[in-house]
Amino acid sequence: MTMTAMTPAPGLKMPPEGARLFAAADPSQATHLATYGIIPDVTPAQLLEQVRMSGLTGRGGAGFPTARKLEAVTSGSKGPAVVVANGAEGEPASRKDAELLRRAPHLVIDGIEVAARITGAQEAYAYVRAEVVPDLRQALAERRPTVKITVVAATDTFVSGQETAVVSRLNEGPALPRFSRHRIFQRGIGDRATLVQNVETLAHLGLIARYGGVWFASAGTPESTGTFLTTVHPVTEPLTTAPTVWEAAHGLSLRQLISPAAGRPVEELQAVLIGGYHGTWVPLPAALDAPLSRAGLEQYGADLGAGVLVPLASTACGLELTASIVAYLARQSAQQCGPCQFGLPELAQNFTALATGRVGRGGVEAVRQSAGLVENRGACKHPDGTTRLVRSALRVFEKDVTLHQYGRCLARIGEPYGGAR
Amino acid sequence: MTRPLIVDWTACEGRGLCADLLPEVLTQDRWGYPQNRHPGPILVPDELEGPARQAVRMCPRLALRLESA
Ligand code: SF4
Ligand code: SF4
Repeated sequence: MTMTAMTPAPGLKMPPEGARLFAAADPSQATHLATYGIIPDVTPAQLLEQVRMSGLTGRGGAGFPTARKLEAVTSGSKGPAVVVANGAEGEPASRKDAELLRRAPHLVIDGIEVAARITGAQEAYAYVRAEVVPDLRQALAERRPTVKITVVAATDTFVSGQETAVVSRLNEGPALPRFSRHRIFQRGIGDRATLVQNVETLAHLGLIARYGGVWFASAGTPESTGTFLTTVHPVTEPLTTAPTVWEAAHGLSLRQLISPAAGRPVEELQAVLIGGYHGTWVPLPAALDAPLSRAGLEQYGADLGAGVLVPLASTACGLELTASIVAYLARQSAQQCGPCQFGLPELAQNFTALATGRVGRGGVEAVRQSAGLVENRGACKHPDGTTRLVRSALRVFEKDVTLHQYGRCLARIGEPYGGAR
Repeated sequence: MTRPLIVDWTACEGRGLCADLLPEVLTQDRWGYPQNRHPGPILVPDELEGPARQAVRMCPRLALRLESA
């Protein structure tokens, strides 16, 4: 394999060992350049070839191959394309995009410039959580970007980061998912071909443009290349206590990632929620040594999604936690599609009834039925993401589901419901 | 051969005209929204293409689209 894109350019530093995205000690441009050097001046075709070789996939949750998305935008473009850096991070359990923008804003900007070079875009948007807008503005003020980058504060709702919602918002519309007769890569912002890419994906792109695809794939596993950012929650009160964001190589085991924050032997955990509120429950300790990679998580029907990990203690009730998440997700429906608008509240109600031991046998069936009523029936992934979580809970907490139907709970095995609350 | 029938769920108001015109494929859910009789994507077999096209034309919200296979 020739490495034309790797021809050393003046000022290019050697790739850092270990942490990649988080290698710089502070977010300033000076430290950024001292850590990574400058991006070599190579052609768009050479850049795209390196992205292809890297095996990089989208880090926003869907995991789509980045090279294919870049190609789709490039070939679907009649006029100049538009690049969107998506850092909306509407998922409340995720912190990694905000953390990245705080610690390494220049890598994200590099990625925007590289994506623009590949797609021929002259204009870009950074759609990020309001709290990190100042960090990004500060970084932009330190350099002269090669494309016009407009920073827009994202709306603070769960579905605001869905691609069609981002495009709608940047088209001066509401931050709501849209049904579209066209694909965004053909017609997005201002009806132009649009590349919507998660900010972490772009940051990796900024490094691939420097060190090449082979370097990128030297970390991780053969099918899940590179490093990824993960938001790891502590075991106690996972929904309220501050999580930690780590950069990890794909293939690391669950044990390695959740141990530091667990505060107890990880063998005492009963499950971990992988991927966030639209994610999948995975049983512990069975999966403790599962490698965090596509292949490693496949047998559990899970994937890393946007990298959220929420471990659950054996003394907690997984159904109760799931019920509160489903109730939240039902409230976050954008109320545009009937099945989602009416079906999610019903699903939440049925699940809560099950989790609080208020239904007898048949409680699970009611949950399954209302899940079936929303699946595949919305303009965005919200209904399907919610049922994915629900179905994994029924699977992983199967024993508890049975007990709850008899008014008992594994987490409080001695107490009948009613007495305890 | 079958063709996918796409529903724009943000436009559909769930009065069920499409389910009346295409009962072999669609029914209505409890709220009146069109529901596939089979799990998965809504697929229209060739012999029902006529009624399917009529449903697309008659939908008051222009919420239906019949794709080519
Ligand atoms: S599926 Fe739900 S969240 Fe998505 S656009 Fe429709 S109503 Fe909104
Ligand atoms: S005819 Fe159109 S608006 Fe009426 S239920 Fe069918 S798709 Fe919805």
